[in-house]
Amino acid sequence: MLDSDFEFLRSYLKDRSGLALAPEKRYLVDSRLSPICRRLGFEGVTELVSKLRASRDVTLEKAVVEAMTTNETFFFRDKTPFTLFSDVILPQMLSARAAKRKLRIWCAAASTGQEPYSLAMILDEARGRLSGWQIEIIATDISTEVLEKAQAGVYTQFEVQRGLPIQMLLKYFEQKGESWHISPKIKSMVNFRQLNLIKDFASLGQFDVIYCRNVLIYFDQPTKEDVLRRLSASLSADGLLLLGAAETVIGLTDALTPHAQQRGLYVPNKHTAQAARSSIPMRVAARA
Amino acid sequence: MKNCLIVDDSAVIRKVARRILEGLSFEITEAEDGEQALLRCREQMPDAVLLDWNMPVMDGFAFLTALRDLPGGDAPKVVFCTTENDVGAIARAMRAGADEYIMKPFDKEIMVAKLQEVGLV
Repeated sequence: MLDSDFEFLRSYLKDRSGLALAPEKRYLVDSRLSPICRRLGFEGVTELVSKLRASRDVTLEKAVVEAMTTNETFFFRDKTPFTLFSDVILPQMLSARAAKRKLRIWCAAASTGQEPYSLAMILDEARGRLSGWQIEIIATDISTEVLEKAQAGVYTQFEVQRGLPIQMLLKYFEQKGESWHISPKIKSMVNFRQLNLIKDFASLGQFDVIYCRNVLIYFDQPTKEDVLRRLSASLSADGLLLLGAAETVIGLTDALTPHAQQRGLYVPNKHTAQAARSSIPMRVAARA
Repeated sequence: MKNCLIVDDSAVIRKVARRILEGLSFEITEAEDGEQALLRCREQMPDAVLLDWNMPVMDGFAFLTALRDLPGGDAPKVVFCTTENDVGAIARAMRAGADEYIMKPFDKEIMVAKLQEVGLV
């Protein structure tokens, strides 16, 4: 990255988000902005910067600001999605799927794996109630780089401290020198795959629970609508979708409705679900 | 306002922890070793104790054992905060009655997460 690009980004971020990027944080620019470049087909940070300089693109601006200000993911991030999982989602599914004894979960923006592994740990804690059940956790992300880290399941001392209760650390991780390795048992519960949400994901099949947190914020309005419509189509009729704290379906799609009792949870809308079964991505459909 | 006793022989660590905890609206008292910390606890039992392991006079481990024997000594949430970062040390601290464990170095986010874990934030 050119010095002038870095200087531009520093003042750009300062103006738009108040983020003061110290010179020693220069390494962050590449690691945080590369996923955006990949997603939008830019060659690299230099091309991204020239786009930012050239014109005001609100979506791009937001993506850059979010990427630079967002903290890396950690175990049990935000807590609520996981309390919801253990206290609401799991009990509900245990009774709704009592006959089939099958549960399919999808983490649609799995990043470095903390979210799917957190869910796997909760499921392991509840294994007494799940004997004989077939449980599948599919974890996808657009970036193969982060998926490699996720699959390795190796975290630094700093990473395992974020949000992970110490008892869980002792129970589910093995210390090897400076790093902490997630136990093979938890690792084997999660199936990682590379996937771009903008593209067709119908082949993944139907899910009972979908976690899609903090990724829609990077998309423009039509893409958000499109992705939500297809997420709804990928949910079983009584399935549940969980979005990030700052995200909602309201005003974007009628294929999903907020859960009557639980904030942050969404259910597929039965009336529009049929129509949404055509789960081809908007862009593909438009070309056809 | 909740009270937190910071027990560490390093003035730098006490200062860093104080700044974070005051930002979370804790009232702070400090002690440089376990013996001083026990005196503070006898005067007023804190809501939380942020505890170093290796200290002169009385280490964190001996302090924790003595604290839990005091009348009302079960009440404070004790968070070990130390460079002792191997599994054995963590397990030993938890068995001795610690509620959470922070490995140094730490940042504000980790501190908040751990205090949330023990129900103080």
